[in-house]
Amino acid sequence: MNSISASPLLQFSSISKQFGGLSALSDVSLHIRRGEIYGLIGPNGAGKTTLFNVITGLYQASAGEFQFNGKNYQSCKPHVLARAGIARTFQNIRLFANLSALENVMIGRHVRTKTGVIGALLRNRAARHEERAIAERARELLDYVGITKPHQTLARHLSYGEQRRLEIARALATDPLLLALDEPAAGMNATETESLKTLLQTIRASGITVLLIEHDVKLIMVLCDRVAVLDYGKKIAEGIPDEVRRKPAVIAAYLGGSDD
Amino acid sequence: MTINQKSKPLLAVLAIVLLLLPFFIDALLGRGWVRIADFAMLYIMLALGLNIVVGYAGLLDLGYIAFFAVGAYCYALTGSPHLASAFPLLFPHGIHLSFWVVLPLAALLAGGFGVLLGAPTLRLRGDYLAIVTLGFGEIIRIFLNNLNAPLNLTNGPQGISRIDPVNVAGAPLNATQQILGVTLPSVHLYFYLFLAFTALVVFTSRRLEKSRIGRAWMAIREDEIAASAMGINTRNLKLLAFAMGAMFGGVSGALFAGFQGFVSPESFSLMESVMVLCMVVLGGMGNIAGVILGSVLLALLPEVLRHGVVPLQQALFGKMIIDPESLRMLLFGGALVVMMLYRPAGLLPSRVRRRELDTDEVAETV
Repeated sequence: MNSISASPLLQFSSISKQFGGLSALSDVSLHIRRGEIYGLIGPNGAGKTTLFNVITGLYQASAGEFQFNGKNYQSCKPHVLARAGIARTFQNIRLFANLSALENVMIGRHVRTKTGVIGALLRNRAARHEERAIAERARELLDYVGITKPHQTLARHLSYGEQRRLEIARALATDPLLLALDEPAAGMNATETESLKTLLQTIRASGITVLLIEHDVKLIMVLCDRVAVLDYGKKIAEGIPDEVRRKPAVIAAYLGGSDD
Repeated sequence: MTINQKSKPLLAVLAIVLLLLPFFIDALLGRGWVRIADFAMLYIMLALGLNIVVGYAGLLDLGYIAFFAVGAYCYALTGSPHLASAFPLLFPHGIHLSFWVVLPLAALLAGGFGVLLGAPTLRLRGDYLAIVTLGFGEIIRIFLNNLNAPLNLTNGPQGISRIDPVNVAGAPLNATQQILGVTLPSVHLYFYLFLAFTALVVFTSRRLEKSRIGRAWMAIREDEIAASAMGINTRNLKLLAFAMGAMFGGVSGALFAGFQGFVSPESFSLMESVMVLCMVVLGGMGNIAGVILGSVLLALLPEVLRHGVVPLQQALFGKMIIDPESLRMLLFGGALVVMMLYRPAGLLPSRVRRRELDTDEVAETV
């Protein structure tokens, strides 16, 4: 199950991101290896989500290099990165609320399919075939993440935990190499968190690399192969979870240290 | 695949009813009402075009009538003697292209204008987008109004008249024709022409709605950031929505010019854009049947008032107290307020109907 190869899937070299005078990320370097679950932790406002938005193309880095799967992706639009193989979920769930669960996942297939206007109008053999494949894959993924409600249920009528799962299914529909999850366990109860953990392990076992931002340190510790800790936009620690949690800088960041 | 087996007989009945409709209307209400039905179908086409932009892609467009104007003037200029009188040296006889040549050109030109409007507004949403599109609509109208000097391109506020009627198989539709022993007056002929185009527009809308493209539009409507994170190229798809919607507008504009034989800028005022938008919203944004219902209701309302209220008031009070035009606005405003309170999603909201992504799936999930 741990088929972690040496070549990094994602490589961040001295990435900085400024918002006006505020430096949200300064000189962050990290790499994520293929097949691992990589955790990103840090106190509120440490720049985790900013880093996430840089990885997924919502923000453009002010400085630094960003390589994914051996290619440079400087200042690329989100849809380019999605095509390259980065899929994400959002901290505050962003589903297509008025569309059905099935449609949400089907939209995830957009980037891997190609029927255009002509195909849609003629509905020729290729278009019909693709459409059927999209729906089939979407249903598979809904089952995969464990959504048992009818697939025609509108996304906004799903329970909170199911919405989180649906977001994961939608992200998986893009056939990602890297699945980036922004606080997937936020607001979940213990049972839900437990089944999320199982799901993430299954996803990793299927060969998808997972990047995880999480506040639930316990979850991070049992799930992640490596973690990085951000504080005030700087990486203050990186390594396997057990080492990282003992580092004085990490303890200081979480519990308050002398430099505040 | 769009139409499942069960709905086929229903569709056949509907087709027969629609084909006989002009005769019923003619017999029961008079020929003027067939003409009104013709206009209602032009509105249906317009509203379905706007539905792509507003209903599917969620881009509020308050200047939609501009595309209708582009299509109408496209045929008016190429199918009337206006250019011959304005530029006798360049076009001694005018252009007089066949309607069927101009129609695709009008669609393409309107689509081009759609992209022209879309490109600078890509970053805008909601109110801001509405303001810019409103401005665009007004720019087109004011251009048409003022392009009679220094070169008389559009004949200004007088408009362009004597536009050639549409010809089908060599027969002009502005005269009564005999087909298989049935006498068909001009309004009936145009009824069938518009019916065919409306059917085409409905078909196109339906196919687009239930396709990869349609889903991508709806994703943009629901959450643009999430849509782009899922790999949807929001720029291209928004431009596509503007272009597709504009093409429908262009087609119905060209039909309008051929039907009416006369176009002038006052047919393309802001009020018209608002009316078309109201048709979409009243009927149920994003739902084709709803949009058709909204268009028919709002296209018929002023005519019903004109023909019904005046005699009614005269019978009740002996004189006319409120003129139909004011009453129309009163009823219209009231209807919108009631709608927003009780049926904010429209008369036929798009989610009420059972989803039919494909036929076997419905059985499986219900």
